Amino acid sequence: MALLQRVAEQGRRVVRFTLDGRPVEALEGDTILTAMLTNGDRLRRTEFADTPRAGFCMMGACQDCWVRTEEGERLRACGTFIADGMRLLSGGEWNS
Amino acid sequence: MSGSLPPVIVGAGPAGIRAAERLVAAGLRPVVVDEAARWGGQIYRQPPDGGFTRPKTALYGFEAGKADAVHRAMAAIRDRVDYRPRTLVWNCEAGALDLLSDGTSETLPFSHLILATGATDRVLPFPGWTLPGVFTLGGSQVALKFQGCAVGRRVAFLGTGPLLYLVAYQYLKAGVEVAGVFDTTPFAAQARATAGMLRDPATLAKGLLFVGWLRAHGVPIHNGVRPVRGEGTERVEALVWRDARGQERRTACDAVAFGLGLRSETQLADLAGCRFRFDEADRAWLPERDGAGRSSVPGLYLAGDGSGIAGADAAELAGERAALALLEDLGRPVEAARVTELDSRLARIAAFRRSLSAAFPFPADWADAIADDTMICRCEGITAGAVREVARSGQAREMNRAKALTRAGMGRCQGRMCSATTAELLSRTLGTGPDGVGRLRAQPPIKPLPVSAGAERREVA
Amino acid sequence: MMRERIDCDVAIVGGGIVGGSAALFLRQAGLSVTLLERDWCGAKASGVNFGGVRRQGRPLEQLPLSQRAHAIWGRLPELLGTDAEYIRSGHLKLARSEPDLASLIDYRERTQGFGLGLEIITGEEFRRRWPALGDRAIGGSLCPEDGHANPRLVSPAFARAAAKLGAVVREQTPVDRVEKDGDRFVLLSGDALEVRARFLLNTAGAWSWRVAEAFGEPVPLESLHPNMAVTEPLPRFLDVNIGVEGGGVYGRQVPRGNMVVGGGRGFALDADRARPQRDAVLTLMRDAAELFPQLRHAHVIRCWTGVEGYTPDRNPIVGPSRTTPGLFHAFGFSGAGFQIGPGVGQTLAELVTTGGTPMPLEPFRIDRFTPTA
Repeated sequence: MALLQRVAEQGRRVVRFTLDGRPVEALEGDTILTAMLTNGDRLRRTEFADTPRAGFCMMGACQDCWVRTEEGERLRACGTFIADGMRLLSGGEWNS
Repeated sequence: MSGSLPPVIVGAGPAGIRAAERLVAAGLRPVVVDEAARWGGQIYRQPPDGGFTRPKTALYGFEAGKADAVHRAMAAIRDRVDYRPRTLVWNCEAGALDLLSDGTSETLPFSHLILATGATDRVLPFPGWTLPGVFTLGGSQVALKFQGCAVGRRVAFLGTGPLLYLVAYQYLKAGVEVAGVFDTTPFAAQARATAGMLRDPATLAKGLLFVGWLRAHGVPIHNGVRPVRGEGTERVEALVWRDARGQERRTACDAVAFGLGLRSETQLADLAGCRFRFDEADRAWLPERDGAGRSSVPGLYLAGDGSGIAGADAAELAGERAALALLEDLGRPVEAARVTELDSRLARIAAFRRSLSAAFPFPADWADAIADDTMICRCEGITAGAVREVARSGQAREMNRAKALTRAGMGRCQGRMCSATTAELLSRTLGTGPDGVGRLRAQPPIKPLPVSAGAERREVA
Repeated sequence: MMRERIDCDVAIVGGGIVGGSAALFLRQAGLSVTLLERDWCGAKASGVNFGGVRRQGRPLEQLPLSQRAHAIWGRLPELLGTDAEYIRSGHLKLARSEPDLASLIDYRERTQGFGLGLEIITGEEFRRRWPALGDRAIGGSLCPEDGHANPRLVSPAFARAAAKLGAVVREQTPVDRVEKDGDRFVLLSGDALEVRARFLLNTAGAWSWRVAEAFGEPVPLESLHPNMAVTEPLPRFLDVNIGVEGGGVYGRQVPRGNMVVGGGRGFALDADRARPQRDAVLTLMRDAAELFPQLRHAHVIRCWTGVEGYTPDRNPIVGPSRTTPGLFHAFGFSGAGFQIGPGVGQTLAELVTTGGTPMPLEPFRIDRFTPTA
């Protein structure tokens, strides 16, 4: 179930992207963090313990919200806006 | 200092904006560098462009007027500054900053530098603090303000500091279920501190209003709390906590927002060569600054929470005062009356900082209660026991040595989230005060830098 | 305040990997040792270097000491109580051109008698064994038993092991004055400490010139600062420690997955501290990305450098003083002291306990730079 709950600002254009291979939606102006956490309950799994993380500080300090795209790019989820067509991963794919 | 180089301001929050405004008024054209897409900093962070419709009163509550004034101030000077949003400053070296913007690196020499780098939440760990659903108080506020989201459906608020009741109140007003407010401050201390805060009746009144509102809506408020753990495997499901009488209790929730005040972002000041001293009020090493904001490095000024926590009002004043100091140092005429007024207001705020730290005491005993197997460094997965062990065995008597041996602070966040904890663990194991174990040396890049930036360099004439 | 006085067999100035290992071997031989370190043991060049533990590439005159060190590295857990992440991953020196390859082949021939076990690998075989390197090199020279370790863990561990065996190790203890008084060396640290010893080891890294000068043996020692950078953890793609013939970037992937890369120079803040230099950092990143395409999307999370002592001929100074009996020098490793350090430490112990050593130290004489009369 989604971690974040929308309580305002819901009248925005829908953005379509892919999360772990499945098509999902967010709203224009969402960060990747918001987009992923309104569709799921984690951003990544840690390198060392394979435990789930979903960010922490929301302001670019903790560096816990780095996510991978299918193309191998790494993006800081709290500081990057979601865009149509992004293909994001939330699993432990850093090992691949 | 070359005459043809610009002054540079790092940070477009209240301090940076007021500094820029003052320099522009004197005919200078500063560069204003900011990591965010829009100006405003954190407390006055603006939602993304386009599609967000809440008015400022909804976003900033009682501070809407101040937020709006700060935003308008920057808008008014936008065409007279060299404004660089979405730009990370990752290094300061030899009179120039290294910037990263859109994947491209650029070196920016400056004639003078004003650092207004702001602050982030200060935290101590508890088992389960890395679970999805556990966020900082500041982060939880950003989610609401910047994205119109709550961090959960039933949120527990834990810790101390001005943000605790404010964010709980904001969430309640937004229609989110508040599972409870778990204040680490003992009730008696809070009552004493309230008296101290009579210096600033506006702040006191707001605090009382938040508490009143929460109580009126049936939100349980507990004082003298210590967290035991966040329960859950894939995400947080409950906060287990100890009440003031030492009883262990459990509150179901799907999110925890916690923080223990703020910590200053001082890495650039360190790289720029500023001298630091230990500040008792913030329980942290801070770059030295005089009343006007001059650092120990000529031509380098410090303003706002980035060099000592004092809040947004102080940041605005300090930003303007630092710019005036810069102008004074340039030999420009400055309005003596304004300088005097700012100096006296800033002096009152300095006194207020001490009552702030009494009102929101740092729960130092929390550090002793951290079990050896609790993860304290969330980037590298290092436990409290590893830090205690290198201190106990005599291998590490200071922070950089502890980092080298345990890896605590070696991860992506460079110790932002864990160095307060490491300092407490080290100092308490060694039996020294929190100022007895030194501080982590800043290293460039101060935030992760894409390897590809090495090939993408912009040469500036 | 009463000054503390210590009398011992051997005083050592500088607690890096050379001083620390010397202290350990001297204690094993039963001599009393006092090691004085002005910062933390193993925190300087010994602790911030790249971490390569390699014999390959050294000038031939260093190989006896290097082979001696190799045997010590093989016993690390037994000696130190930790493996400090030391692995014999192999050291692969890349040839990016035919002349480079010829140079590697020539080195292999010249070093035949030293037991490095070098293998020249090119073409299909090279691509099969290291597909991650793609077409970045035409071949390479592999030293299978070379490898890498975590310098932050290894170097302090030598001093700690010595202390466990009874060496007196004093950190945060600078040596302010050192001189010979009759048949004793006298070392003073502030007003607090006086150490008297029959023998003195000068293993003070980039600052050893001060001790040398105090005994009338000035040396041309230059402080240089190697740039290092480390990435976030990455999927494993590299098992060997990589160098490049002719210089350039070197890199290794640590067990946790981070890539450590080095290349270029930092700059000095003062006599004691240095910082990475921005152009060198960006160039290092560019060159590392070019050599290791797996770094394409990675981030550098930290850069650092250190202070290393370099001699004009890039060979260290190891051996007895030419002016003062009982004084032995070991410094100036010119960026290549990590692997060889324990071998030098053992040799210093041997010089003290037996008066001599089978190690050929002529090329490392301290007076080789001064013009002969």
